[in-house]
Amino acid sequence: MEFISQFINGLNVGSIYALIALGYTMVYGIAKMLNFAHGDIIMVGAYTVYVCLSSANMPAFAAVLIGIVVCSLLGMVIEKIAYKPLRKASPLAVLITAIGVSYFLQSVAQLIFGSREVSFQSIIPLGAVSIGELKISGEAVVTMAVTILIMILLTLFINKTKAGSAMLAVSEDKAAAELMGINVNRTISLTFAIGSGLAAIAGVLYACSYGFIGPYMGSMTGIKAFVAAVLGGIGSIPGAMIGGILLGIIESLSKAYISTRLSDAIVFGVLILVLVLRPSGILGKSRTEKV
Amino acid sequence: MAMLTVKDLKVNYGMIQAIKGVSFEVEEGEVIALIGANGAGKTTILHTVTGLLKAVSGEITFDGHNLLKTPAHKIVSLGMAHVPEGRRIFQELSVYDNLMLGAYTRKDKAGIAETLETVYTRFPRLQERKKQIAGTLSGGEQQMLAMGRALMSKPRIILMDEPSMGLSPLFVSEIFDIIEKISKSGTTVLLVEQNAKKALSIADRAYVLETGSIVMSGKASELMNDPSVKKAYLGEA
Repeated sequence: MEFISQFINGLNVGSIYALIALGYTMVYGIAKMLNFAHGDIIMVGAYTVYVCLSSANMPAFAAVLIGIVVCSLLGMVIEKIAYKPLRKASPLAVLITAIGVSYFLQSVAQLIFGSREVSFQSIIPLGAVSIGELKISGEAVVTMAVTILIMILLTLFINKTKAGSAMLAVSEDKAAAELMGINVNRTISLTFAIGSGLAAIAGVLYACSYGFIGPYMGSMTGIKAFVAAVLGGIGSIPGAMIGGILLGIIESLSKAYISTRLSDAIVFGVLILVLVLRPSGILGKSRTEKV
Repeated sequence: MAMLTVKDLKVNYGMIQAIKGVSFEVEEGEVIALIGANGAGKTTILHTVTGLLKAVSGEITFDGHNLLKTPAHKIVSLGMAHVPEGRRIFQELSVYDNLMLGAYTRKDKAGIAETLETVYTRFPRLQERKKQIAGTLSGGEQQMLAMGRALMSKPRIILMDEPSMGLSPLFVSEIFDIIEKISKSGTTVLLVEQNAKKALSIADRAYVLETGSIVMSGKASELMNDPSVKKAYLGEA
């Protein structure tokens, strides 16, 4: 029983990692860059919802919606101001800029809200679900359900809509996509908007599950989600999902049965192991060019 | 007035001046060949026409539109399609998805279905393999897909960059047959080729490009018999 509840705990955390990893992987697939500020978007999302709830007394649904919109816009603005001018620059310049944006977001949050963590009252109205002796928190149930739903919607969006096919085309060959009449800039913008919107949802779910928010909540979480994306095969959407869930389970089980203090080391150890054995990740593919 | 007019075009490629003032015209219904050695600037010209490269100076006018001021993604809906060098199909998508991306700017569902039928009739192999991932096609089939994809936009002019590159002689002949058929069905063709012999055999007129400048132009049949063209591009003494 203990094992199963630890496992479910892992699914819960893993779902949050997966949602964030989706943003990493989508942006990487399309803009070919690692947006290290992505983790901090979840913090912005969580604080936005927090302000809407505590200062404006909004209903939870409206607060989350505003959080998503704010993060989507923020993602687009960051792309336009920080990354777009560097599209032809070296990957290193883009990477450093992304780290800069990450610190910028953390510092702004710290200026406004202070550096202390504040408690966050869960907005999930569902109580714990009991199956026999097993108790699953409402937060865990909602987190997993929302993640599955988002995964399905995202897959449908990418495979069934015109904007989705434009994303696939841009991720493979920007110039060829442009020749098809696809507005590459707008497609990249849309990708940042979607990824950041998902990060906002992840931020709220994180806050509900852990019960607190803080300016640095996104940094370690973001790095772990990045590990999840790499584990699953960066650029692959199902890969991000699998990588996130797997990472959550590994982390949760090693916390429970090996050592709480070593759990992060184990998580990164797994990453190293996977990269040695399968550098492209679980679902990543190494592309071969045909002449 | 010509359908496509390029006037005194200058383009830099990095630090070097790749195109040094090139002018040419394409009339509606013609097949025009741009021939020249590797590195003469043929691909650069096509890329500048469809907006993938910026010009330093000059004019490109298509159907009254100033193409130098038109972003690349807006050019296809003006009626100009570009089959790029190296084919540049979407390797990870299916043949069908590639073709539908060719019709990305079109909104008439019935019209798209109709064009798809004509593309399948022209390239039966693509219909047979419509669900196959494009990257697994043979080189010749990929070239057909790139051409089919361009036709899906129902272009009035189609720009083809080295369609015969890397193909077996059998496929080369097939590709040139298809280009002739595309032309006969009323689409204007601007063809860039290293295979000058094949290109001149189907073109109405041709321009000979040498290190960024046009050194000769005229009817394809006349150029084919010109001693200097023969010597430099047709491998004849």
